[in-house]
Amino acid sequence: MEASQFKSDQYVRFCPGCGDHAICMALQKAMAQIGIPTHEVAVISGIGCSSRMPHYLNTYGFNTIHGRGGAVATGVKTSHPELTVWQMSGDGDCFAIGGNHFIHEIRRNVDLNVCVFNNRIYGLTKGQYSPTSAKGFVSKSSPFGTVERPFIPAQLVLGARGTFFARTLDVDMPTTVDCLVAAQQHKGCSIVECLVNCVIFNNGTHAWIADREQRAEHSIILKHGEKMIFGKDNDKGLAVEIDPVTFVPKMIVVPADDPRVLVHDAHQPDTTLHRMLALMGQNRIENVNAQVEDNLPIALGVIRNVEADTYDVAVNQQIAEVRAASKAKTFDELTGTLESWEM
Amino acid sequence: MKKKIVVRFCGDSGDGMQLTGNMFAQLGAELGHEISTLPDFPAEIRAPQGTIGGVSGFQVQLGSGVYTPGDKADVIVAMNAAALKVSAQSKHFHEHAIIIVDTDSMTDKDLEKALYKTDNPFTELGIPETVQIVPVALTTLTKEALKDSEMDNKSVLKCRNMFALGLIYWLFDEPMDKAIHLLEDKFKKKPALIAPNAKVMVDGYNYGQNLALNITQIHLEESKVENRAHGRYTSIAGNKATAWGLIAAAEKAGKHLFLGSYPITPATDILHELASRKDMNVMAIQAEDEIAGVCTAIGAAFAGDLACTTTSGPGLSLKSEAIGLAVMAELPLVVVDVQRGGPSTGLPTKTEQTDLLQALYGRNGECPAVVLAASSSANCFDFAFEACKIALENMTPVILMTDTYLANGTALWRIPQLAELPAIKPQSVPEELKGKYNPALRDERGVRYWAYPGMEGYEHRNIGLERDAQRGTISTNPENHEVMVKARLHKIEQIANAIPDLRVQCNTASDTLLVGWGSTEGHLHAAADELNCALAHFNYICPLPKNTREVLSQYKRIIVCELNTGQFAAYLRAQFPDIQMEQYNEIMGQPFAVERIVQFVQQH
Repeated sequence: MEASQFKSDQYVRFCPGCGDHAICMALQKAMAQIGIPTHEVAVISGIGCSSRMPHYLNTYGFNTIHGRGGAVATGVKTSHPELTVWQMSGDGDCFAIGGNHFIHEIRRNVDLNVCVFNNRIYGLTKGQYSPTSAKGFVSKSSPFGTVERPFIPAQLVLGARGTFFARTLDVDMPTTVDCLVAAQQHKGCSIVECLVNCVIFNNGTHAWIADREQRAEHSIILKHGEKMIFGKDNDKGLAVEIDPVTFVPKMIVVPADDPRVLVHDAHQPDTTLHRMLALMGQNRIENVNAQVEDNLPIALGVIRNVEADTYDVAVNQQIAEVRAASKAKTFDELTGTLESWEM
Repeated sequence: MKKKIVVRFCGDSGDGMQLTGNMFAQLGAELGHEISTLPDFPAEIRAPQGTIGGVSGFQVQLGSGVYTPGDKADVIVAMNAAALKVSAQSKHFHEHAIIIVDTDSMTDKDLEKALYKTDNPFTELGIPETVQIVPVALTTLTKEALKDSEMDNKSVLKCRNMFALGLIYWLFDEPMDKAIHLLEDKFKKKPALIAPNAKVMVDGYNYGQNLALNITQIHLEESKVENRAHGRYTSIAGNKATAWGLIAAAEKAGKHLFLGSYPITPATDILHELASRKDMNVMAIQAEDEIAGVCTAIGAAFAGDLACTTTSGPGLSLKSEAIGLAVMAELPLVVVDVQRGGPSTGLPTKTEQTDLLQALYGRNGECPAVVLAASSSANCFDFAFEACKIALENMTPVILMTDTYLANGTALWRIPQLAELPAIKPQSVPEELKGKYNPALRDERGVRYWAYPGMEGYEHRNIGLERDAQRGTISTNPENHEVMVKARLHKIEQIANAIPDLRVQCNTASDTLLVGWGSTEGHLHAAADELNCALAHFNYICPLPKNTREVLSQYKRIIVCELNTGQFAAYLRAQFPDIQMEQYNEIMGQPFAVERIVQFVQQH
């Protein structure tokens, strides 16, 4: 299929230069690559800039209310597991008002493809801090800087027993398309954290890796089964070192030819390494003035991709099993089982 | 011979009063009597044994012309001192009642636990001498009955309720063969308990028979059958009837039934029932919260299912925004609100009609939805079915109001065949709109068409934002908004064309009219009969039946009776400002007492 088949007739109203444009195009490309017909795809969203996405995709779409996209999507997918269901959300929609639905769709492992557009700001309400804004961040609702600790989305996903977590960047189209396609192929709740720039209210929030000059040095694209190598000249690799006193493991950067360089295993059920990879560089958002001494890159690509039973299949399977074993299958047969008497 | 009788079983939460009362009611129903029951239990699962807070009651009225569980009991079974105290203080019995008390549970220690101040409970409680006290050593007699069994003491004591039940069966001269058959059925999942419980029950019966207690048996007239439809009957609780109404509607409509719900008293039994009805292809999801309950249902409605959510007042508050989404997105959705005492957590196990204005207006924006109310435990079935029919045929949320009284109470229900229920025709999109569909397209009634994922050629985007009246896409145009607000309102108003006229009951020729809605119908009917006046009872709240003004304007004196401070009265006054209405209100967490309504009407 062609990406153009997934474009709706609606004029795309993201601000000029907004990272959401790129994700929108990546979605159309990824959907074409996946090749599921438009009428079998439902895109559900809540409220926020990112939640406008369904309007620009020529599939079935439902732009619901703030924070509830996950619950609506759970209803669509569970009642109709044959559909491909995407959820579009943002850092406010997903991690603040919709936090409960977010952790529960992950815990249940509903087979949804969830794109969380993380620009660390509330854009549609014109610039308030979000749950992923760095501590000390100055915004209209935090004129003296925030005093709260931010969420690190990957930590939240792994804490809720997530089976799939990928991270991508608005300006990296190929990685974004790869992550979206992998999210669709994964059976279960697939979370794709899309780092997007809000050109109006939080310009440059991901500049540390979005900047073309620095990206190769400051990020690593993880690919399952491949060595963890990065850098402009592909001269750096990642390894794990264990502190001899505390036994706390930590990621370190070593030369690319060091035998300790790790090979990425996204299918590993144990979360230890996935967590360490996902947390690399996240100390930069801990505090607006964070002085980061390590030289660890931010991990992009599919960090975790493991299998587990999905909720939608399990629910439907249980109904089918009970129904198959039951003698009464219609209302009249059901009332026939009642203790009753003629009058 | 009596036409009807009221019996109340009361005891500790662990004494099995609900089971005992239910068995007595069911036997009565099987014998052809009309029944109405009122379970009355504390919010605590197990309060300390023998205390006032732990008293659980079950009241039933049997006979013919039964509309309510009765104001006051003719016979009370009090399993302990605390139960006796609660009954006396709450005036649960009339002055010529018979009270059967377990003397073994009236020791000094028991009196102390129930906070009696003296050692003569009957005098202390001011029980009039006209009341006949029947002391029975229930505990001792139960132990005696089971002395040859191998049951431990604790299990033996659990059979006390069956001794009391046997005694009550004797008192009303009921056939023990049927009673034993019913007991076998109740305990069929625990067959080991059948023999001991049956033994104790029969011993209770024989105790009455042989010892010729100083009371005479009460004979109940055979119920007249002529004004009752012929058919198969059972006794059913309101919550179960609601669940089954939803199931029947789904099958009738050819739709898959989806329930998104979160546990909340007193609505949870609907979730329980639907979760166990996988044999009927029901998908019942226990969501992470109330909001997810309604939102998963909205998702299922978007995807083409008959979608429902069930809750009580606090949950309805939480669901408000999402119900607004369903109004805006024009999706079919059934919301069942089993009302309880409020506000906030309020009285979770008690009954009240205080969510009416919330159901009508508790949403942001101009947000009309259909509001229906069931008026008996049995007709929870009919109105759950009707709610689904209206939702699917008119693409709108429908809020069905029931309450604790209907939910937990039981009534006689004639079991319908699916074929005799009205057809349900969901508002499916016609074939000719393929390729040209948008979510704003309406039929001549003003109801938009339903297309859902999986249907090729109808891809569209639905929204909670305002949509363009022609194209169905986002619109902020001022004129368009007004057009759309009116279109949504019109859609609800035109439903009045499809609902039955309001029917006046009792003495229609009187110049006094009682008006009520929802669960109070039985009490108001009984009161109207006693007052020889007319009754107009509403099941359709929004929209109102088309002849409402015509009916109201025929009566000189109108008294709107409800279990709140006057919500329906306020609603009616807003619609008919020229019609004078009085109010009678009770807000005590209990159903009306017929006696008090009658008194009010006579004295004012």
